[in-house]
Order: sequence, then structure tokens, then C-alpha cells
Amino acid sequence: MIWTRRGRVLTYLAMTAGVVIVLFPYYWLTVMASNTTSEIYASPPRLTFGGQLAHNIGQVFAKVDFFGSLLNTVLVAVATTALVLFFDSLAAFTFAKYRFPGSSALFAVLLATFVVPTQLAAIPQFAIMADFGWVGSLKALVIPAAANAFGIFWMRQYCQGALPDELLEAARMDGCGFFRTYLSVALPVLRPALAFLGIFTFVTAWNDYLWPLVVLIDSNHVTLQVALAQLNTVYVKDYSVVMAGTLVAVVPLLVVFLFGARHFVRNIAAGALKG
Amino acid sequence: MSLVGNVGTLDTPGTASPVQAGRRARWRYLPYYLAIAPFFVVFAVFWCYPLLYSLFLSFHRWDGIGPMHFVGLANFRFLVTDQAFWLSILNTMVIWVMSVIPMTILALLIALGLNSTIRFTGFYRIAYFVPNVTSVVAMSLVFSSIFSEQFGILNWVLGAVGVDPVPWLTNPWGIRTAISVLIIWRWVGYNAIIFLAGLQAIPGEVLEAARVDGASPVQAFFRVTLPLLRPVLLFSVLMSAIGGMQIFAESQVLVGNRGGPGQAGLTMVLYFYDQAFYYNDFGYGAAISWGIFLVVVIFAGINWRLIQRPARREGAR
Repeated sequence: MIWTRRGRVLTYLAMTAGVVIVLFPYYWLTVMASNTTSEIYASPPRLTFGGQLAHNIGQVFAKVDFFGSLLNTVLVAVATTALVLFFDSLAAFTFAKYRFPGSSALFAVLLATFVVPTQLAAIPQFAIMADFGWVGSLKALVIPAAANAFGIFWMRQYCQGALPDELLEAARMDGCGFFRTYLSVALPVLRPALAFLGIFTFVTAWNDYLWPLVVLIDSNHVTLQVALAQLNTVYVKDYSVVMAGTLVAVVPLLVVFLFGARHFVRNIAAGALKG
Repeated sequence: MSLVGNVGTLDTPGTASPVQAGRRARWRYLPYYLAIAPFFVVFAVFWCYPLLYSLFLSFHRWDGIGPMHFVGLANFRFLVTDQAFWLSILNTMVIWVMSVIPMTILALLIALGLNSTIRFTGFYRIAYFVPNVTSVVAMSLVFSSIFSEQFGILNWVLGAVGVDPVPWLTNPWGIRTAISVLIIWRWVGYNAIIFLAGLQAIPGEVLEAARVDGASPVQAFFRVTLPLLRPVLLFSVLMSAIGGMQIFAESQVLVGNRGGPGQAGLTMVLYFYDQAFYYNDFGYGAAISWGIFLVVVIFAGINWRLIQRPARREGAR
């Protein structure tokens, strides 16, 4: 497209203004978390960072077991991500590169599971967890999420493009069995795809709210999102403390995301267009 | 675009004779089945069985602890006359429309901007995308303070330009607006990234040809770019339709389990959560979840037809 100089300047200005608006809630969160509650509620409100951040965060950790929740969330997110990466990539590799009786039918079943809305299964899942004695346990979060259709579907697409048959044939000639081929040949090639699926799974597990809220009921071992909602209802008067807790819940994930952001954002688009 | 395409396969290991191969066939495939087993086990235990169980439950009255009582179609009969359920459908649809239209337009503008900027594109993309990975609960808390009637920064800014304070979180349309703004904020960057990929897939020669034929940039956008972008736009609308039907945390954190004053923020999934897990009415909760499923299927079906139509026309060409 043809752009005049003025048009280009205007575009950059508009894009930057948009970024300022989009990122404003993060700025505002930090402002609120670093001031006292009365400063937040003042009129006109304080628009700049205050010196109360450490104090407010200290209050969060003193008032509720926020550290325990943080640890639980990290555990759940890491365990889920590890299991998903292993199970999804193994299944995707198999579906992409091997044909066996029923393979197409099984893959069709897998695709059909996309349409099942999660809340449809929530009540019975809760009853099952009660039968297993898993209500209030982190297992109830990790095990049902250990393998998923989206990851397998997405990885299979990637396998088809990234793993030429000749490569697998060569591995077979060298005497590699099925699992050996997956481990030594496929996995290294799939690394970019694993990075994307890993971040995606980690973010989803970290932010999950409805299911932890349901299944960790009356539990001391809640995740960060549930703890945050509780903090909001219990310490509603102490707004700066609630905001400090919110900041603590948001920052670690942002750091994880920014590590692979460039690559991640590219893959989001590629996945959407292929699907 | 086909999901189950033709795949190069490697299903003939070794050079064994057909007889030997037949004898070993049973074991030959075992590793493959083991490799895909975890998904199917998880699916069977935690999704397939629960779906059947949920259908069974919807014909019963059960509080999760005591005995179950068979009630026939009573739950469904109540559901179709339950005003709160119908209101939750209406709220969900209203919030979806209020968010999807501005979001699509804004995302398109951002995508056009990204497409024509040369410097800092990496930074812009990530900056616009970041809200999508931030926790809904956390950002709902931030937005509830921004929208706060007395102390919120938004009303303070409005006051500075002479507008009276708006009761965002206590007025039905205020609630819906606040929830929609939160949804737009979280998803506009995601959609912009997808639109950008669609824009980049449009060959430069096509736009060049339009320019040579004397089309102005605005004409080129509406006559060339937009029609070529249609599949991507419709894909994004379909995805946001499916996602929009699941809105829960935004409402619950902003206005609580009951959906706030006038229950204007009561979405379908929030109503489900409230009945099933707050009132422990598992039988009715199951019936609601099937009601939601039906609404989602109908709604996604309508959207899907809209996507399929131009594809068919192209196929006939």
C-alpha cells in the first residue's frame, strides 16, 4: 500500500496510543498495589507509584496463605504442562506418521471431543472426584487435563510438515524402534511446537478458575486464582492489599510469557489459519 | 482445510513374509495404541462417562450427598419456564454482541496498523497480545476498581470533562458495558494477530492491480482486502461465539454469583455454577448444562453456516 509521510506518522501515533490504552490496566494495577488504600480512594486519585508496594505484598502473605497458593499454582501448571507435552506429542506423532487399524476413526473421535463444552461434564466430574477422594486435592486439577484434543490436533499438523518420512525411514534403518524414534528423532524436531504448546498449557493451567473453584472447595490448598477471589471478598476494605495480591498473581505469568512471546504470537496466527 | 488429510504412512516395518507379518500384526500395532491411550483414558473417565452421567442426573433431584430421586422431565419442564435461565441466555447474547462488534472493528484497525508499520512490529504485537494471557480473575479485579462508581479512575476522568459519575456496576447496562469492555480488552489483540496473518496472506499483486486500476486506498480496502479477509473474519467470529457462550469469571468477579443488580451480569455458565455448586442442586444444574449445550450448538450452527456459504460458492466457480 502507498503511504504518505504524514499517514505513516499518524499510524505510529495511533498504534502507540492503542498500546498505552491496552497496557494502562497493568500500570494502574501497579499504582494501586504501591499506594495505601486511602490514597487509592482519594479524589483526585494518586496517579503515580507509591512506596507501599513491599508493605502491601507483605500484608498479603501475612493475611492469607498466599505463598501456599502460589506454590500450588506452580505445581499444577508445571505438572500439567509436562504431562500434556509428553502425552500430546506422543499421540500426535503416532497419528501423524503411522497407520493402524482404527487410526482414522479414533482421530475422528478425538476431533469430535472439541465440541463438548466443559461445564457439561463438571457436575459428574465433581462426583467422580468425590468417589476418588480427590476433592480438595491438586490431582483433581492435573489428571483430567493431562492430555487434550487441541494439543494433539495442533501437534499432528506440525508433525506432518516438520517430519519427512525419509527421516523416520532412516531411523528405522538404523534400528530405532517406535519409541526410540519418537524420543531421538521426532522430539528434537518438534521443539518449536513443544515450546508453543508448553506456554499455552502453562498459561491455561495458571489462569484456570471455574474448575479449581468447584473442586478445591473447603480446602486449604487453593490455587492463586481462587485465593485471589477469596482475598477480594474477605479484605474488601483493604483494597491496596487485594491489588498487591493481584500483582503477585499476574507478574510470574507475564515473565513466563514474555520469554517465548515472539514465537508464541506467530504460532497463534499460524494455528488459527490452518485450522 | 480438511482436518483428516492424507498422511504419508510407515506401516510396513521389515521385509518379513506375509505369513510372519500376519502372526506378528497383533503385537506390531501395540505401541501405537499405547501411545494414544492416555488421551482416550482421560477422555473416557473424565469426559465421556461424565456426559452420560450428566444426562442421567438431569432426570433426578440430587444435592450431591443424599439419595437421588427420579423426577422424570421435571427439571427440563422447570428449565423452559425458568425466567432466570432465559435472562441468562439474553444476557450472554447481549454481552456477546456488545463485545464482538467493537472488538472485530478495533482488531481490524490494529491489524491494518501492524501490517503497515515496519519498525517495532514485534513490540506492538506482543503489547496488544499480552492481555490475552493475563488471568481473568486478576484483571476483573483491576477493572472492578477502574469502573467503581465512587472511586474509579474512569468516573474521575469523566468527571474531569464534566460528565456525571456513571453507576457502572450497579446499573444493568453499566454492568453489561463493563463486562464487554473487559472481554474486548482481553481479546482484541488476539484477534488482531489473526487478522494480521490473514492480511499478510493477501498477495501484494492483487492490491497493486487495484491501485493501477485507479482504486483509492479506501476503495481497495472495502472492495479487495475485506472480501479476501472474509474467511478469517468469520473464523474469528465463530471462535468468539463459542468463547462468548462460556463467559463466567468476568461476571462472577465483577458482580458476584447472582449477576448483580437486575441480574444483568448473569450469564448462562454463571447461572449454572450458581445453581449447581452454590445451591448444590446437581440435578437441575445438569439440566441447565444441557440447555446451555443446546444453545451453543444452535448458535455455533448458525455461525458455521455463514462460514460455509462463501466456501461453497468458491467451489462452484
